[in-house]
Amino acid sequence: MVAMSEEKKVRILIAKPGLDGHDRGARIIARVLRDAGFEVIYTGCHQTPEQIVSAALQEDVDLIGLSILSGAHMYSFPRVMELLKERNAEDIAVIGGGIFPLDDIPKLKEAGIKEIFEPGAKLDDIVQWVSRNVVPREAMAV
Amino acid sequence: MADKKLSESEIERIEQEYRDWLDEYQKAVQKVPERLERFSTVSDMETKPIYTPLDLKDKDYARDIAMPGQYPFTRGVQPTMYRARLWTMRMFAGLGSAKDTNKRFHYLINHGETGLSTAFDFPTLMGYDTDSPLARGECGMCGVAIDTLEDMSQLFDGINLEEVTTSMTINPPASIVWAMYIANAEKQGFHRGKLGGTIQNDCLKEFIAQKTLMLPPEPSLRLVTDTVEFGTREVPRWNTISISGYHIREAGATAVQELAFTIYDGITYVEEAVKRGLDVDDFAGRLSFFWNSHIDFFEEIAKMRASRRLWARLMKERFKAKKSRSMLMRFHTQTAGCSLTAQEPYNNIIRTTTEALAAILGGTQSLHTNSLDEVYMIPTESAVLIALRTQQILAEETGAANVIDPLAGSYFVEALTDRMEEEAMAYINKIDELGGMVAAIERDYPQMEIADAAYHFQQQVERGEKVIIGINKYPSERPSLDICEIDSELERLQIERLHRFKENRDKNRFQKAMDDLRRRCEGPPCWENNAMPALVEAVGAGATEQECCDLFREVFGTYTDPGSF
Repeated sequence: MVAMSEEKKVRILIAKPGLDGHDRGARIIARVLRDAGFEVIYTGCHQTPEQIVSAALQEDVDLIGLSILSGAHMYSFPRVMELLKERNAEDIAVIGGGIFPLDDIPKLKEAGIKEIFEPGAKLDDIVQWVSRNVVPREAMAV
Repeated sequence: MADKKLSESEIERIEQEYRDWLDEYQKAVQKVPERLERFSTVSDMETKPIYTPLDLKDKDYARDIAMPGQYPFTRGVQPTMYRARLWTMRMFAGLGSAKDTNKRFHYLINHGETGLSTAFDFPTLMGYDTDSPLARGECGMCGVAIDTLEDMSQLFDGINLEEVTTSMTINPPASIVWAMYIANAEKQGFHRGKLGGTIQNDCLKEFIAQKTLMLPPEPSLRLVTDTVEFGTREVPRWNTISISGYHIREAGATAVQELAFTIYDGITYVEEAVKRGLDVDDFAGRLSFFWNSHIDFFEEIAKMRASRRLWARLMKERFKAKKSRSMLMRFHTQTAGCSLTAQEPYNNIIRTTTEALAAILGGTQSLHTNSLDEVYMIPTESAVLIALRTQQILAEETGAANVIDPLAGSYFVEALTDRMEEEAMAYINKIDELGGMVAAIERDYPQMEIADAAYHFQQQVERGEKVIIGINKYPSERPSLDICEIDSELERLQIERLHRFKENRDKNRFQKAMDDLRRRCEGPPCWENNAMPALVEAVGAGATEQECCDLFREVFGTYTDPGSF
C-alpha cells in the first residue's frame, strides 16, 4: 500500500493553524499516516504560521498537512506558503484539510497548496496521495 | 410491561416462546441472511434482534424507574414535563459583529424561539481581542466578536433580560463574559437577581475535547468555583456551569464515554464547590448539563434517561444531597454536528429531525437543532428557519410531547438505559482509581479513549461497516450552496471601534479595577478574593476581554495542547 524510499521515510508535519481547536480529523489523519509507515509529527492546536514553518524546518519534514475548520484559512494558508518561500523551503509540499467554501479552494491552490481534502474524504485516498506525490526532500536535490 | 415481578410459570412460558422464536429465526436467516454481519449502535454497542420481558425480569419500577419528578428521575425531572411547558427552543447563534448577531437574535425570537444562545468567534473563545495578532482572519467567522462592554450592549439591544434567558457558550473567559452580561444588564436597568441564563464555563471538557485552552486545570477550576459561589449568592436564577458531553461526543467519544466523562466532570465541580465551603444543597440545583443527540435514535434516548438516574444516585449517595432539586439532571441538547454531511446537505434536515425527536423522547429541557448548511458555515436565515420549524412541528403536530416519557417500559429502551448506566459506572470507578478527572487528564486518559473511539469509528466508515448516505453509500459530490458570508471589512472596523473605546474609558477607574482583580487572583481562593465582583467593576470601567484574560495568564500561567494522537 505504501511506496517510499528505502533509506529515508517521508516525514510529515500535521499542524493546526490559528485558534481553531477542532482536532478530531487532524489526530485521525496523523494516526492513519503513521500506521501507513510515514513518520508523523503533530503540532497540537493553536499554532501560528510562524510556529508551523519553524517546526517543519526543525523536524525536516517533506510534507505539511494543515487542518482548519474555523474559516480563517484565507489568512493562515497563504501565510504559511509565504514563510516557506522566505525560508527557501518551497520544496516542502503543503496540503490542507477541513472546511472550505468551494470558491476558496482554487484560490488556495493558486497560493501553492497542492491538494485540499474535504469532509468525507477517504482515509486511503489521502494515504495514496501522499505515497504518489511526496518523496523525501533529499531525494529531490539532484 | 407488568409492574410486578413475573411469576416463575410466566417466565417459563416466555422462555419457551423465546426459544421457539429463536428456532424460527435461525431457520429463516438460513434462507434470507441478516442484512448486516453485526448490528451495533453508532457507538458500536451490539444490539440483539429483540428484547422481551425476560430482559427486565428483575426490574423494580418504583426503585429504578419511578414517576417523573420522583427519585431517581429516570422518567423526567418534573412531574409535568412537556404537558405543562415545552422544552426551551434555544438556537445557538452568532456571526460577525454584535449588531449582526443582535439582528439574528431578533429574527429567531420573532420566528418563535423561546431562549437565546450565543456563539462567540474564536478570538473571543480563546481570550483575545480582535486586534491581537493571533486573531488575524478569525474575526466574526464562527460566532460573534465580543471585546468590550459596548459590544455586549449592542449584542442584547432591545431584549428584556429579565424575561428572556440567555445561554453563552464560553469557557476560559466565561467569568469575564458573564461579568459583561451582568454589567450590561444592570446598566439597562435590570436586576441581577432576576437574570436567568447559563454560561458553559466547563473547563474540564476543554482539556478532554473542545480545546479552547488558556489556563492550567487548577486555576481554571478556581475560576469556575468563583462563578458558582457568586451565582449562589448574587444571581440565583443563573446556571453557572453547563457540564457538557456534546463536545466530548463530537470529538469521537462513544455514548457511554460521553455519559461517564461528563458526569465525572460534574462530580469534580461539586467536589470543588464543597471544598470552597459551599453546601451542596445551596448550589447543586443550578448545575446544568449539555448532551449531544447523535444519529442512533434509541442509544441517545437511553443515554439521556440513564444520565438522570446516574446523577441522582451520585448526588444522593456520594454527596449526601438532601433536596430533590440538588439531584436533578437538567440538560440542554444539541443535535450532532458531526453526523452531518457536506455531500447532499439537504439530507441533514432529516438527520437533525430524528436527532431532535430523540432529545424530546429523552426529556431535554432545552434544544438546539442544527441547520442543513452548518457543515459549511454559520447558517443562513432560511436554513436556520427550517431548523427552528423542525422543533415546532415536532412539538405541536406529532404528539411526541403529549405523553411523558412515552418509551418507558419498552423492553429495549429500559435494557439499553440500564446498560448505559452500568458501563458509565465502570468508567466512573476507573477514574476514581486514577485519582479523579484532573489526574486522569494529566495522564491523557480520557483524551486517548476518545482518540481510539474516533479512529475505530472512522475505520468502520472506511470499511463500509457504518453507513453514511452520500459518503460511503450512494456517494455524491458536494453541491454549490449559497452560504452565509462575513463582511471582509468587519475585522478592520471592529479594531477601530475597540481602539476608540479604550481611548475613551476612565483610565483611573480602569486601573483601580484591574489592581483589585489582580490582588484577588494573587490571594487564596475564598469569597473575599472571588474574581466576579472585581470583573463586573473592571468591565464596567472598560476593561476588554483580553486585558482580563492577560491578567489571568500572568497570575495563573498558561496551558497549551500537548498534541497527543
